[in-house]
Amino acid sequence: MSSQHGHSDAHQHSAHGSLKSYTVGFALSLILTLLSFGCVMSGAVPQHLVVPGIVVFCVAQLLVQLAFFLHMSAAPGQRDNLSIGVFTLLIIAIVVVGSLWVMHNMNLYMMHPMMQSTSSSIG
Amino acid sequence: MSTAITANHGVLPHGGAHEHEHHDDGSKTLLGFWIYLMSDCLIFSGLFATFAVLGHATAGGPSGKELFDLKFVFGETMLLLISSFTFGLAMLNMHAGKRGKVIAWLFVTFLFGAGFVGMEVYEFHHLIVFEHAGPSRSAFLSAYFGLVGTHGLHVTSGLIWLVTMMVMVGKFGLTDAVQRRLSCLSLFWHFLDLVWICVFSFVYLFGVL
Repeated sequence: MSSQHGHSDAHQHSAHGSLKSYTVGFALSLILTLLSFGCVMSGAVPQHLVVPGIVVFCVAQLLVQLAFFLHMSAAPGQRDNLSIGVFTLLIIAIVVVGSLWVMHNMNLYMMHPMMQSTSSSIG
Repeated sequence: MSTAITANHGVLPHGGAHEHEHHDDGSKTLLGFWIYLMSDCLIFSGLFATFAVLGHATAGGPSGKELFDLKFVFGETMLLLISSFTFGLAMLNMHAGKRGKVIAWLFVTFLFGAGFVGMEVYEFHHLIVFEHAGPSRSAFLSAYFGLVGTHGLHVTSGLIWLVTMMVMVGKFGLTDAVQRRLSCLSLFWHFLDLVWICVFSFVYLFGVL
């Protein structure tokens, strides 16, 4: 067992958190999850704030878990991971926003005139 | 100087490999695994984009508002979140070299993960059999089952990996190789929790609005 302990020194370069950081991350995640569900389930939140609320709590919890559970940081040893992650984020944004944008435009310019013409021909 | 050493490293005779092995701290493996996770992220982003586009295409069938039970989803979320925390505890014990505690916390993580998969299987079964809302019912449901099912399959493979690692820790102890594999699994498990945060926010919570 003691020989194993010596190995842990070799892993010093990568921050691997402590009981405190995991507990803080867990508590923050718990609070943010409760807030997310509370936004929708409680009914106490004004209608126009529900969607932004969910998005904000979602992004906040993603950041909390990245920092406290996945130990992402701008530290020198983590910079490769971070830059790959940021690049992935860019691709995700292109895929998701691009899909929504294209499909929205298609619905707007191709579906509606047809539906309007059918409804006007009926009317 | 250091670049010269790494450049020469490829042509070092076999005897030099031992020294290299000693200094290999698994950071390259972890970087490679991280790249895999990011490519997995892209799969999920495609599925999320599909769901976002098709989310309202219910074809006259039931919508998310009629199908989703948020209390149930909250339960699933808690199980996965707690399992992420217990995996963190297993990793802390791994760094402290406590073999028995690592296996114990991995087992706890497995129980919570299995609970999550069990709830999801129950949910799918309920939707398909009782609500007659299977993946073939509408584009919305195809996208839903595709996205949530892919996440569920990932968690299931994570569970298989967890069992494998429990056996490995028991058999070989906390060797460098075992520690490296546990670190990869830790990344994988926390990553699945990240994906689930997006699932419950954008599929379930947006779905019932």
